[in-house]
Amino acid sequence: MKHLIDPMDLSVKEIDDILNLALDIIDNKEKYSNVCKGKKLATLFFEPSTRTRLSFEAAMMELGGNVLGFSSAASSSSSKGESVGDTVKIVSCYADIIAMRHFKEGAPMLASMKSDVPIINAGDGGHNHPTQTLTDLLTIKREKGRLSNLTIGLCGDLMFGRTVHSLIKALSRYEGIEFILISPDELKIPDYIRTEVIEKNNITYREVTSMEDVIGELDILYMTRVQRERFFNEADYIRLKDSYILDNSKLVTAKSDLSILHPLPRVNEIAVEVDDDPRACYFKQALNGKFVRMALIMTLLGLEA
Amino acid sequence: MNIDSIQNGIVLDHITAGKALQIYTDLHLDKLDCSVAIIKNVKSSKMGRKDILKIDQDIDMNLDVLGYIDPDISVNIIKDGKLIEKKKIELPERLIDIKKCTNPRCITTTEQGIQQIFKLTNREKRIYRCIYCEADK
Repeated sequence: MKHLIDPMDLSVKEIDDILNLALDIIDNKEKYSNVCKGKKLATLFFEPSTRTRLSFEAAMMELGGNVLGFSSAASSSSSKGESVGDTVKIVSCYADIIAMRHFKEGAPMLASMKSDVPIINAGDGGHNHPTQTLTDLLTIKREKGRLSNLTIGLCGDLMFGRTVHSLIKALSRYEGIEFILISPDELKIPDYIRTEVIEKNNITYREVTSMEDVIGELDILYMTRVQRERFFNEADYIRLKDSYILDNSKLVTAKSDLSILHPLPRVNEIAVEVDDDPRACYFKQALNGKFVRMALIMTLLGLEA
Repeated sequence: MNIDSIQNGIVLDHITAGKALQIYTDLHLDKLDCSVAIIKNVKSSKMGRKDILKIDQDIDMNLDVLGYIDPDISVNIIKDGKLIEKKKIELPERLIDIKKCTNPRCITTTEQGIQQIFKLTNREKRIYRCIYCEADK
């Protein structure tokens, strides 16, 4: 039985297979409409979510399966003090596969050690978000036609941005990748990502504080939100929240084929005026999330059309 | 200063100076009824200064704890006053319930009864990371 806890749980070939399956689903939706008939997905969301939870549920429904679960810790027995381990043991009696989001880092890993059914990490604190990574990879593949030979700017909260950590891990295995890490000094990527992922894989990278200075070099600009919920100190959040705001004036020097990605939700880090720019891909990215999760559910359940 | 030789037991030699007390505590040697000698700051031609621990009883020792604290320690097993075995220890690949994750965002800080597991991710720098949150604290 396979789980997806960390993006590195999947080999490059397995990722390619999932992305190719997602592309086939996009082109042949009817073919997959009953693949999961009789199967149940449990969505255990101890932390709020719009896109991830609903895209998982939509994905299972479009595969002909059913969904059950909860959307906040308050509406589960964890509010009575039940442990994550016990919750997962119980739910694995009722469902064939579980997607879990939790505010504590490592909760899905713990769940995978207790569960009798596959666990998908749907985001754990500021740690990892592997299905967002699959979404990002599918979006890059559809927009650029490749996952190699790309200069990728990652901008904003790189310290607590779990989508950033997972995307760096996944892309570090492809050829010709260069990262430009754009963040305030206080929100730089964690040391373990720098030393044990980027440097270990001999990937070219730079850490900068100005988006304007580097935007012209980028093939991909991956924007992130400074997340209020990750700060213990409100004053730090307020000081850093408006560090980077992408608007049309900053895009003047960007390449004409730049792809702007954002895992969403955004607050104000991308001005609404940018939505009409053909380089904005973040709403397409959200749609891709459903297709790639369909492919992932099928893969972990060992199902074929 | 003279410390009697032991007849049956274990001598931990080549301990980095200053670490003997940590080993004494982490191996729970205070719970033993037998004699235990902590010898600090012994002159050493190889190390300059070193610590030595002598345990006057053959006990099951958690070598992972020793390897984590100081992988260069020599473990000498003594029987009938003679050295019968010299165990070489090394950095363990995994630490189970030897240290606790101190990342306040980690699941281990709230989940009851969870095993604290760390894995060795950088042998040269001796970095261990929590398997749950990947913090090295």
